[in-house]
Amino acid sequence: MFNAERWIEIFQSIRKNKLRAVLSGFTVSLGILLFIILFGLGEGLKNSYKDLFLDQSNNVVFVFPGKTTKPFGGFKSNRRIEFDNSDIKEISQQFASRIEYINPRIRFGGRITYKLESYDFSLQAVAPSNQYIENHILMKGRYLNEKDIKEKSKVAVIGRLVARDIFKEEDPIGKFINIGSRAYKVIGVFQDRGGDVEESYVFIPYTTRQQILMGSDKIGDIVLTFNPEIGASGAVKLGDDIKKFLKEKKSIDPTDPSGLFIRNVADEFERSMQFASVLQIIVAFVGIGTLIAGIIGISNIMVFIVKERTKELGIRKALGASPSEIIKMILTESIFITAVSGFLGMAGGILLLNSVDTGLYDYFITRPGVNFSLAITATIVLIVFGVIAGYIPAKRAAQIKPIVALRDE
Amino acid sequence: MIEIKNLHKSYEMGANSLHVLKGINFSVKDGELVAIMGSSGSGKSTLLNILGMLDTADAGTYHLDNIKIANMDETKAANYRNKFLGFVFQSFNLINYKDALENVALPLYYQGLPRKDRQKVGLEYLDKVGLKEWSDHLPSELSGGQKQRVAIARAMASNPKVLLADEPTGALDSTTSREVMSLIQRINNEGKTILVVTHENDIANMCKRIVHLKDGIIVEDKKIKQNIIKDV
Repeated sequence: MFNAERWIEIFQSIRKNKLRAVLSGFTVSLGILLFIILFGLGEGLKNSYKDLFLDQSNNVVFVFPGKTTKPFGGFKSNRRIEFDNSDIKEISQQFASRIEYINPRIRFGGRITYKLESYDFSLQAVAPSNQYIENHILMKGRYLNEKDIKEKSKVAVIGRLVARDIFKEEDPIGKFINIGSRAYKVIGVFQDRGGDVEESYVFIPYTTRQQILMGSDKIGDIVLTFNPEIGASGAVKLGDDIKKFLKEKKSIDPTDPSGLFIRNVADEFERSMQFASVLQIIVAFVGIGTLIAGIIGISNIMVFIVKERTKELGIRKALGASPSEIIKMILTESIFITAVSGFLGMAGGILLLNSVDTGLYDYFITRPGVNFSLAITATIVLIVFGVIAGYIPAKRAAQIKPIVALRDE
Repeated sequence: MIEIKNLHKSYEMGANSLHVLKGINFSVKDGELVAIMGSSGSGKSTLLNILGMLDTADAGTYHLDNIKIANMDETKAANYRNKFLGFVFQSFNLINYKDALENVALPLYYQGLPRKDRQKVGLEYLDKVGLKEWSDHLPSELSGGQKQRVAIARAMASNPKVLLADEPTGALDSTTSREVMSLIQRINNEGKTILVVTHENDIANMCKRIVHLKDGIIVEDKKIKQNIIKDV
């Protein structure tokens, strides 16, 4: 394939016919460029959806209490449902094989003070499993543990932003903060990929909170993660089973829509990802359409180029060019132009995607980008089709008798 | 040099068949300068195309330098054209994006000559036709006579056995025509066998032998006293 003399011929032909070369190259570049941009944006869309669920494990199920709307089992309607410790215990036992972690949560309010300054952060009383369910990354100290729960210790784990606001440069571990009128010892600082809001929490043991509430055993809501092995459909069934179990236990009408609520992140995640995937398929479809348009474009241009050069090819044949020489010349030229412009288009597309980076965040597009091997594949596909598109007319031109080609004016 | 026996050629024109050459017998010796004459449609260009392996005959035999030219594939024909034949066309047929030197050197490219040698040989032949100073000009920057001289230089560059000229002066005025014919005479005098297709009597008279074609057969074949051009 490599023949220095032929390359000189080809470069001359390209140099002397710049418009023709640029025109056909442009079609290829544009095809690849648009394909990569569209595909990259589709990827960005998918990333945005993924990020929405990033701050939690995506196998989370929330169970919220509500208010009944139907009388049942001797109770009147409009009864407020409350969860308590026994619910946690029974759910854990009942669904042991399907549940990974379970976390009782109590939200509460209270002013946080440290050295006469007061702060306002979200407060929650939780179990140690909170760390795994919320994907908290421990930066300093330790997280809540079972001993804290058992002994109802007055300890707190605080988010990165809380530590920064309250303690500035100080090391928070071992310091005491006041929540309401009680002092809690800070035992750990955590990070959360979910961002600022997620890092503005203060967590204490739920049993400690219950003790303050005069030994109540009530809890606010229940968060649990299911065993990933059961999958998204298994998770939906688990949610339904827990709902059924709790409705029975709390004497709620099975048909009551608002006695308690289940929110299944896996299900939402699945549906969102499906939606994002469909979007990406549509975008990719448009991208592939662009690629096909590029292929058709290059085919047309190749037909035109060969047509335009028919007479030149006739002259070359009269002067002793063999058919294979003619085919090689046209093909090498077409491969060269498609390859150079294809990779230019590819590089342009990737650069453009990289340069927008976070610029399209407002349009729900995060980290747009395209898999490098996909970009290469698309480019190679276009080049291959460029070659095929060039081969057919080149072969025809090479088979024309020189006398016919020469007559062509 | 050229030996043709009972050559036939017809063209399919839709349902009709046009019988253009109806049994041509004809031979050319080394160093001859032959004019092939005839009105349009007499088959003279067809004959030249077959002689030049640009077209194929339906029947009959054709020997070029004792080699039988028949049933050749395109690759072999291209190789033979390159080695044995030089073409000069009425419309010059220079490649418009190549300068004069590159046009002249092109047949040498297909002989596989390295670039340096091609340029050297090309320049020699350009010099022969008096256009050495014009070597880097594109065809569009040359006059008709100059273009034809470049074309002749190109036809000569591969040192072919036979030069075939199809109405070489057809697109030129009479002064330029004489210049070109003078060049052809000079090349012939150096020993090259040349066939010139023309329908002009004065051009034919500048050759050494005239073959008259009419309706696909040779009606006259005579040696003449050559009208040698001196005043150019």
